[in-house]
Amino acid sequence: MDKMYTREVMDHFLNPRNVGSVENADGVGEVGNASCGDIMRIEIKVEDDKIADIKFQTFGCAAAIATSSMITELVKGKTLTEAEKITNKKVAEALGGLPPVKMHCSNLAADALKKAIADYRERRIDSDSSGHNLFDRADSDSKAFKDKP
Amino acid sequence: MKLVYLDHNATTPVASEVLEAMHPYFREDFYNPSSIYSPAQKVREKVEEARLKVARLLNAEPSEIVFTSGGTEANNQAIIGGARANRKKGNHIITSAIEHHAVLDTCLRLEKEGFEVTVLPVDQYGTVSPESLQKAIKPETVLVSIMYANNEVGTVQDIKTLAHIARQNGSLFHTDAVQAVGKIKVDVKELGIDMLSLSAHKFYGPKGIGCLYIKKGVKVESLLTGGGQENKMRAGTENTPGIIGLGRAAEFILENREEMEKRIRELEELLRQGIKDRIPDVIFTGHPENRVPGCVSVCFKYIEGESMLLLLDQQGIMASSGSACSSKSLKASHVLLAMGITPEIAHGSLRLSLGKDTKREDIEYVLEVLPGVVEKLRAMSPLYRRGDG
Repeated sequence: MDKMYTREVMDHFLNPRNVGSVENADGVGEVGNASCGDIMRIEIKVEDDKIADIKFQTFGCAAAIATSSMITELVKGKTLTEAEKITNKKVAEALGGLPPVKMHCSNLAADALKKAIADYRERRIDSDSSGHNLFDRADSDSKAFKDKP
Repeated sequence: MKLVYLDHNATTPVASEVLEAMHPYFREDFYNPSSIYSPAQKVREKVEEARLKVARLLNAEPSEIVFTSGGTEANNQAIIGGARANRKKGNHIITSAIEHHAVLDTCLRLEKEGFEVTVLPVDQYGTVSPESLQKAIKPETVLVSIMYANNEVGTVQDIKTLAHIARQNGSLFHTDAVQAVGKIKVDVKELGIDMLSLSAHKFYGPKGIGCLYIKKGVKVESLLTGGGQENKMRAGTENTPGIIGLGRAAEFILENREEMEKRIRELEELLRQGIKDRIPDVIFTGHPENRVPGCVSVCFKYIEGESMLLLLDQQGIMASSGSACSSKSLKASHVLLAMGITPEIAHGSLRLSLGKDTKREDIEYVLEVLPGVVEKLRAMSPLYRRGDG
């Protein structure tokens, strides 16, 4: 079965980078659903408009795991504007391609990242208008996440 | 690296006895059994001898055995040929939700030709209830096709009772026994069925050969036209090495099945218990008792099957899954879904199927490797921590 995936895909699948969750995440993005077989969750920490830290968790096939892992490497340290420019297609290219059948369903990492960035921006607007520190909410969010069984 | 093959429901290695029996018919005795000269007639005798062996395995008459290219062709032949030949009775076909695609898709093809198809549901264990067949069957029902044993979960149906219902109604009864023959005792007379499909490579015979049992007197329209081989039921020069291999495999099963079944069931129990003891949040699928030996079908919550297969492959373990990602259709197994298993659970399915050469050490090795594989993927899964997989 190895042959259906490139060496890069197998490398990221077998040795995934940046697995887990970010403490006090500033933005969280989740895409997919369990019934179709892929869920990706990306959490980011933003400092000076740059992605200071990024972690992922993925339920899915090797392609889903490899694309998640790859995107964390591609955007770490990048500005949000740069990071937003990454497309699912670019992630697949960075992995040396994906089997055609996997291009659609398992290649959602860029969507998850965009959602995380949007979440970050939304939280900032919220906290700006309400006067609360955005980290308060991020903190309670990730804590609630961890507290669940 | 240690290699452990636990995908015997996909295919089995050819037994040495079988390979040896086939060998002469590629070169020395390559003759066409339809030719008139004596060396060719000797091959004809061997083909008929193989037919007798297959008949003996099924408790059928040799004249009731039609060699085909395998299970898929046998299923196509039975369903299309059976429905077309008996169309005057009606245009209704009944099958079940957990059939192999060789049956399901063939029924759908007939639906396009104007047949009405009823697909019977199954319960949580994958069993078709006789009551549901009784309810669905009607005077126009030409054919009922229900599989003997399921390839994914191993559940064995009560074919005798189901066939009885069909017979009372004057409908033909066909069973896809590809996963049953070689694993459990199959007796066509005792079952009271009209047609049965089998495939040699599922029980240590070669690929590309199988047969359809057609009870004497049952009308079936042949799918192929040509040289009139197989009593005009299957045109095309006989696959003589394949047929002789199938015959030898049938003999092998007659001689060894009971002993094999006992050994395989013991190892299967060791595997099931070992998984239960070592890994939390697992769901075994299939019937708790009525199962073919050697089929362990299990869903691991929070993770996906293809990832599991690839990690197991890294450690030399060969298995299969009903997950969407490991299929070409990108849909979770229709069998598991029909059994009421949710798609997210079905995505985490793993099928380990044991065979005659499976050893205790193989099972121990799997039990050593599998918990780590599951743990590694669960650690990555967003569902695991939330516990809502």
